[in-house]
Amino acid sequence: MSDSETEREEAVFREAHQAALEALADVAPEPGVAKPDPILSATGVRRAFGGLVAVDVEHLEVQRGTITALIGPNGAGKTTLFNLLTGFDRPSRGTWEFDGRSAKRLRSYQMAQAGMVRTFQLTKALTRMTVLDNMLIAAPDQLGERLWAGLIHGMWRGQEVGNRAKALRLLERFNLADKCHDYAGELSGGQRKLLEMARALMLEPKMVMLDEPMAGVNPALKQSLLEHIKELREEGMTVLFVEHDMDMIHEIADWVVVMAAGQVITEGTPDQISSDPRVIDAYLGAHHDGAAH
Amino acid sequence: MDWHFVFSQALTQAIGPTMLIYAIAAIGLNVQFGYTGLLNFGQAAFAAMGAYGLALTVVAAGLPFWWGIAVGLLAAVAMALLLGIPTLRLRADYLAIVTIAAAEIVRRLARSTVWSEHTGGSDGIRGFSEPFFAMSPYSDDANWSFAFVSMENGRLTVDLGIVDFQYSDRDLWIMTVGWALIAVFLVVLGLLVHSPWGRVLKGIREDEEAVRSLGKNVFAYKMQALVIGGLIGATAGFVFALSRANVQPDTFSTDFTFYFYVVLILGGAARLFGPVLGAALFWFLYNLLSQTLNQAIRAELIPAGALSSIQVGPLVFFLLGLGMVLLLIYRPQGILGNRRELMLDVR
Repeated sequence: MSDSETEREEAVFREAHQAALEALADVAPEPGVAKPDPILSATGVRRAFGGLVAVDVEHLEVQRGTITALIGPNGAGKTTLFNLLTGFDRPSRGTWEFDGRSAKRLRSYQMAQAGMVRTFQLTKALTRMTVLDNMLIAAPDQLGERLWAGLIHGMWRGQEVGNRAKALRLLERFNLADKCHDYAGELSGGQRKLLEMARALMLEPKMVMLDEPMAGVNPALKQSLLEHIKELREEGMTVLFVEHDMDMIHEIADWVVVMAAGQVITEGTPDQISSDPRVIDAYLGAHHDGAAH
Repeated sequence: MDWHFVFSQALTQAIGPTMLIYAIAAIGLNVQFGYTGLLNFGQAAFAAMGAYGLALTVVAAGLPFWWGIAVGLLAAVAMALLLGIPTLRLRADYLAIVTIAAAEIVRRLARSTVWSEHTGGSDGIRGFSEPFFAMSPYSDDANWSFAFVSMENGRLTVDLGIVDFQYSDRDLWIMTVGWALIAVFLVVLGLLVHSPWGRVLKGIREDEEAVRSLGKNVFAYKMQALVIGGLIGATAGFVFALSRANVQPDTFSTDFTFYFYVVLILGGAARLFGPVLGAALFWFLYNLLSQTLNQAIRAELIPAGALSSIQVGPLVFFLLGLGMVLLLIYRPQGILGNRRELMLDVR
């Protein structure tokens, strides 16, 4: 690809992002509000553990090409909703569509194949495998992953070479290229976060779901992680992430969804959210001292 | 003390028919436990599927030998599916519980009196191995000698001076087939574990949720590993049944499975040659210790009051158990394992 082409593509991405932002500018900051071009749209999603209702979301849409933050106090049901949407948990009821197709019946691995890839709150590096193998295992449609084809070297060798080049490019971008032959278990916590994100990109996802990407990451690395997340948007991916850190949300999120007690209580741009009394109530309790209202 | 006899016995057994059974069963376990992380505590039952599948088909149903082999393999696949479908979606320890229970059910069904006219109950079945030995190229009346190798009425002696190896014609045929099977299994597994398929298995061993999040159907891979390991286990059952020319239910107890684990861990799990080396070493040490103690008692080096020859068996297992504990403390990765790999924190 020539430089001018790359530039043109980047311009397209920036434009797409700008367009998404403009589209969101007209969206009212109310829970469950409709978006112009949702990549993900969930309706009536409910998950109960016995008598405890962990998630009960009436409606939620995520705009394509944006970075959306999912926030809320501990126990609000953010991770449970994440698990439901990515197929890692089954809802008691509810439906949702991902990229125009019903995703309710898809299992976790099918969601990943459909283009929605998640990371985990506690990073899941495959510790006793090399960093490169961690990347290669994520490559989609490798024929050699079928039992019969695995036996015949020639059937998957070519694909493997291509995947390896792609993996090394991604590792380069995430500053892990020199670690590619180390075991993933030998990486630091922050490097594992980077590896997990790089690994997710091997699948060329349409949407990336990050479960607390900043948890336990030192400030220096935080900045670089933020840049990487912004790059995802520039490349046309949609990002939904769970986070607590309001500074980070202000810096990168285009849209914020606030959950409390299993429900979406409000949505809006970061500025709208930080001045919303319902959010303060949700975090500090409805009857906290010095309530503004 | 006849050291020549002690070492000859130990080395003869280190590559002999019994060792082959353990090596093959442990290769199957290596696919399941070593590479995929599946805790199958019922490998003895997979061996029983092979052994009883063969024996029942040939003796009770009167069908040809190869049908017996086919039935044994199919029974192992059926058992893998039966155990895997309900448990492989659950956490790893459920498979362990279910397989250990299933193995006991299989053993108790085999020894129950309900079907004893077919299964022979606790006496087991014999009389199915003749078609196998009829295929043997080794005759029991061969007599020849060449350099240090000699054959006397079908008994092979390889005399290396310091030690000698001796095998009957039946042992030789079992060993030929057994070692050929091991060679085939290791070649096929070698190709598989170094393929992208094998990489997915290792990923599942490390963290199946992560592998699932990367778009792999973890359940299908675990099932494939369980079936392949079970098929290899059934093959070990064939070798076991044929080498003893009978099947007995109580030989397929949970101890049998645990010895497969000992062999696998001793040699090094997730190492291609681990099970073979582990089995050879285990049977070498077992025979070395028992023969040494027996010889010492016979030579009255150990006072008669301290240890009788009946107590040698349990003492040897005690010593091997102690050895296993020391191995796990000082070399937890086994003989062939990679310590650097094992020392990584596994979450």
